[in-house]
Amino acid sequence: MFLQQIINGLTVGGVYALIALGYTLVYGILELINFAHGEIYMIGAYLGIIFIGIFTAVGLTQYSLFLSLFLTFIMSVLVCSAYGFTVEKLAYKPLRNAPRLNPLISAIGVSIFLQNYVMLTQGATDKVFPHVLPVTIIEFYNVTMTTLQLFIIIVSLLLMAGLHLFIMKTKTGKAMRATAQDKVMASLLGINIDRIISVTFVIGSGLAAVAGLMVAMYYGLVNYSIGYIAGIKAFTAAVLGGIGSIPGAMIGGLVLGLIESLGAGYLSSEYKDAYAFIVLIVILLIKPTGLLGKTEGGRS
Amino acid sequence: MILEVRDLTKIFGGLKAIEEVSFKVKQGIILSVIGPNGAGKTTLFNCLTGVLSSTRGRVLFEGADATNKRAHEITAKGVARTFQNIRVFGSMTVLENVMIGQHLRSKEGLFTAILGTDTFRKEEDEIRSKALEYLEFAGIQDYADTLAENLPYGDQKRLEIARALATEPKLLLLDEPAAGMNPQETWELMELIKRIREWGKTVIIIEHDMKVVMGISDRIIVLDHGVKIAEGTPDEIRNNPYVIEAYLGKEEVG
Repeated sequence: MFLQQIINGLTVGGVYALIALGYTLVYGILELINFAHGEIYMIGAYLGIIFIGIFTAVGLTQYSLFLSLFLTFIMSVLVCSAYGFTVEKLAYKPLRNAPRLNPLISAIGVSIFLQNYVMLTQGATDKVFPHVLPVTIIEFYNVTMTTLQLFIIIVSLLLMAGLHLFIMKTKTGKAMRATAQDKVMASLLGINIDRIISVTFVIGSGLAAVAGLMVAMYYGLVNYSIGYIAGIKAFTAAVLGGIGSIPGAMIGGLVLGLIESLGAGYLSSEYKDAYAFIVLIVILLIKPTGLLGKTEGGRS
Repeated sequence: MILEVRDLTKIFGGLKAIEEVSFKVKQGIILSVIGPNGAGKTTLFNCLTGVLSSTRGRVLFEGADATNKRAHEITAKGVARTFQNIRVFGSMTVLENVMIGQHLRSKEGLFTAILGTDTFRKEEDEIRSKALEYLEFAGIQDYADTLAENLPYGDQKRLEIARALATEPKLLLLDEPAAGMNPQETWELMELIKRIREWGKTVIIIEHDMKVVMGISDRIIVLDHGVKIAEGTPDEIRNNPYVIEAYLGKEEVG
């Protein structure tokens, strides 16, 4: 039972972590809570259904399931990244020097716009992710785990490790860290801040696309409003880990997933969604900077 | 002329922070900008480096227009600067700080980085060894792997100079480099700045410490209330009545 809940928790936790990274990356650089981020995740889920539908229609899925899934992931990531890039250019960049509340309001506006845009184009009813995946169940020590759960856990961990390496080792990653600490100084060292901000949105949106697609495969149902609750939970995860901290978002996501599934398993699954917010309230009361967060005085 | 400033003016609201300031800087010299607090010295630096855009006037760098370009573009042309307050990237190592400056001059692309190709590794190694050279030049090579925030104050200031040099500037702007330093550190800093000049780079410094100013400057310009009131060699400035009235006079009383 315990191990079973751990597996379930890691599955949703990995997804939360991927979305939370998008919040924390953007917050780290712009000190903006990108409320439209959950909608990018939701669009990623829809794009999964659309692209797998296209690949099935042209016969690719029947030819090679692996190839068509792979291409579905790639296409969803590319299109979501384009959404993230465009949202930043249109809704946040013009407000770069405005008071901090203005981009926040703009973000809420983008969120409402994207939800309604998807509702109008895709319909208000649930969409079903086509049953293309064979369900294989792995059993060990009285624990059952589907191959899809294993896939979600592995993909989440790989992407997190990849992002960590990218941030720590590459030129662009270092430039992102420098920009997060001091934008003016970074630009005086030759870093194009606009480019770094765009890269941040593209990466965050790409991760959200993967998360959305995996959730669509996991639950099988997608709705235009799923970005709201997932977005708020991932935001909670980011705050839990310490907003602005990349390892914090990863740990926060996984911890939140575990709390939810252990709570659902041992207490009551009725209040599954409430656990996340109880955690948020407790964190805000006890350690507002989160598990790995810096204190306010730490940033200049 | 490496730098030419023509009638540069910056107005904040109704306040003229600098007003029609003009001067020329010859390649390879140390120029000091002095003046009482609020004279507009840092505003001048901000306008020259793209941190602020000027209201009127022109800036020519090596004869080409560099007025109100964005900061990273000006850095790419070969201008680097430090700030009055410490602005190291605290949660990065000393070496990483300098590598950031060096990155501008490397061609490493995102693609090669992700694929981890040989070109990427070679480039990274080159950047690393060059960055170490700059640390050595500034005398802080022993701290390469220390987090920048853990360095003592004087060494953080040296790190800022090393990091600015890593962008391979032709013109280096230092804003009060000796502020908060003890006499020993100040003396070492003056030696460092002289070595930067010997390297063929042009240096403009804002400084309050008259020993530093008179000791290393080839030329001095004096600002007061945003207006250039004097320009000349250290001897000429020392004997200029306007300067004594506006600046040195107050110093003596204090």
